[in-house]
Amino acid sequence: MKTGSIEKKHGRWGYVFIAPWVIGFLAFQLYPLLASLFYSFTNASMLNKIRWVGLQNYIDLFTRDPDFINSMLITMKYTVIAVPAKLLFALLVALILNQRLRAINMFRSIYYLPSIMGGSVAISIVWRFFFMQSGVVNSLLGAVGLPAVSWLGNPDVALYTITLLIVWQFGSSMVLFLAGLKQIPESLYEASHIDGAGRLRVLFNITLPMLTPIIFFNLVMQSINVLQDFTAAFIVTNGGPMKATYMMGLKIYDDAFRFMKMGYASATSWILFIIIVLLTGLLFRSSGSWVHYEDGGK
Amino acid sequence: MLDQRSMKRHLSRFVTYVLLCLFGFVMIYPLLWLFMATFKTDNELFSSVSFLPKSVSLQAYINGWKSGGQYTYGRYIANTLLLTIPTVFFTVTSSALVAYGFARFSFRFKKPLFTIMIATLMLPNTVIVIPRYLIFRNLGWLDSYLPFIVPAILACYPFFIFMMIQFMRGLPKDLDESAYIDGCTPFRTFVSVLMPLLKPALFSVAIFQFIWTWGDFFNALIYITTVKKYTLSLALRMSIDATGGVISWNQILAMSVVALLPPAILFFSAQRYFVEGVTMSGIKG
Repeated sequence: MKTGSIEKKHGRWGYVFIAPWVIGFLAFQLYPLLASLFYSFTNASMLNKIRWVGLQNYIDLFTRDPDFINSMLITMKYTVIAVPAKLLFALLVALILNQRLRAINMFRSIYYLPSIMGGSVAISIVWRFFFMQSGVVNSLLGAVGLPAVSWLGNPDVALYTITLLIVWQFGSSMVLFLAGLKQIPESLYEASHIDGAGRLRVLFNITLPMLTPIIFFNLVMQSINVLQDFTAAFIVTNGGPMKATYMMGLKIYDDAFRFMKMGYASATSWILFIIIVLLTGLLFRSSGSWVHYEDGGK
Repeated sequence: MLDQRSMKRHLSRFVTYVLLCLFGFVMIYPLLWLFMATFKTDNELFSSVSFLPKSVSLQAYINGWKSGGQYTYGRYIANTLLLTIPTVFFTVTSSALVAYGFARFSFRFKKPLFTIMIATLMLPNTVIVIPRYLIFRNLGWLDSYLPFIVPAILACYPFFIFMMIQFMRGLPKDLDESAYIDGCTPFRTFVSVLMPLLKPALFSVAIFQFIWTWGDFFNALIYITTVKKYTLSLALRMSIDATGGVISWNQILAMSVVALLPPAILFFSAQRYFVEGVTMSGIKG
């Protein structure tokens, strides 16, 4: 084939073009991944010489460090609540916006805007101001005669206040769902119309199954992001109150960059990595039974 | 005359619009409120629940601008630009070149390399950040912007590479081939034939990377140590931390608006590229 021969003739150029990535991958992705595994078995810090300590860091984490167990449980709880809530919102709003409404672009922009800005320090500061004891939300509650809530000071509530900040940023997932909805062939809907299917049946038999690849993609990527979350908890509550929002991201930051216990923090980061791998692995394994691929899962 | 069914349809449509508007208002209320609040005095901020300020005062901006310790916010904005612009520029060029390599050439190990590249999309930053920090420390790059710029030169953003590959796959291969036949080298072909067609994709990458780098907090927090080199994120964080007890909220909120303004302007003037970028590849955030 002609195309093939030209492609082959210039094959060497392919290496030239991907060379930056290969170097970057080796130096800043593969090496760090392996190095942090190595450090996790050492007492690496910025102060002393590296010494091999075997499994000691891992043993200490699970037996002597209540902060670690706490942060692991909080991180998982946060992920299990925030990711489905965020995707549910994204999906619902996308379904509503998909009804050939007028001004859909305006609504899409408004809902999308928070996810453009939400990860920043500035927004976390606003969140803190909104939800503090004398903040805007409590003033509004007071104005309609409701009692103030200790949004940031009550350990049972604080995690949900942070979750709200994440759910508020559902826009990027929503845009993906909207794009997915546009991909569903009109003929499928016409066929169901002829069959006289009701709206709910169309939703559950056509729309949702056709969207499952995007739901799956969102689920995987959002879980990976939320498990590593840092800025929101760091700025809004700084891990408090009473470590109720002390997520693994904060724990790793504290251990590595405040207490200089690089080896110990590497062990925590690898446990977080293993949680991420297990969760995505689980999602991928389950995908066979619920994700519908048009081309039969090629 | 409207029969009953079409009236029902109109009514449900109307209800949908009302709900969408209400919900939209709740969604952007924090942003609108933030903007309004920056024109209030610190006293008014706590004493009234009113959305609009009693009188428009620019005092929060004037005082806030000078509130960042030894430097003004002008310095922090300049720093943020010094970090962001080279990072964006190199991300765009390196991702485009790498994407070109993957999308248009066949070479040995292309399949496994591509698979690895896609796999790194899911590589969590948290697990590589400590060794990266130690690498940069050993190179003497801490407290400079090199930990941001060098990974950008080396195309360490698989997400953008993937986005470009997806876009390039949509361009017909005949274009490159006729350029080859005319005697262009692959590099020449890329620059003069494909680049112009890739403009929307290049632009998408640039604005996403701009907004993410502009607002990046975690990396700035660990790599930048002296106030002289602080970015806006770090300056804002310093202002809520360092004031010890008394926080002048209206100044901090005013400076938050300053930090959010460039991404907001970019968002509203280039919405098309956001939506295209997202749908081209799927997105984090």
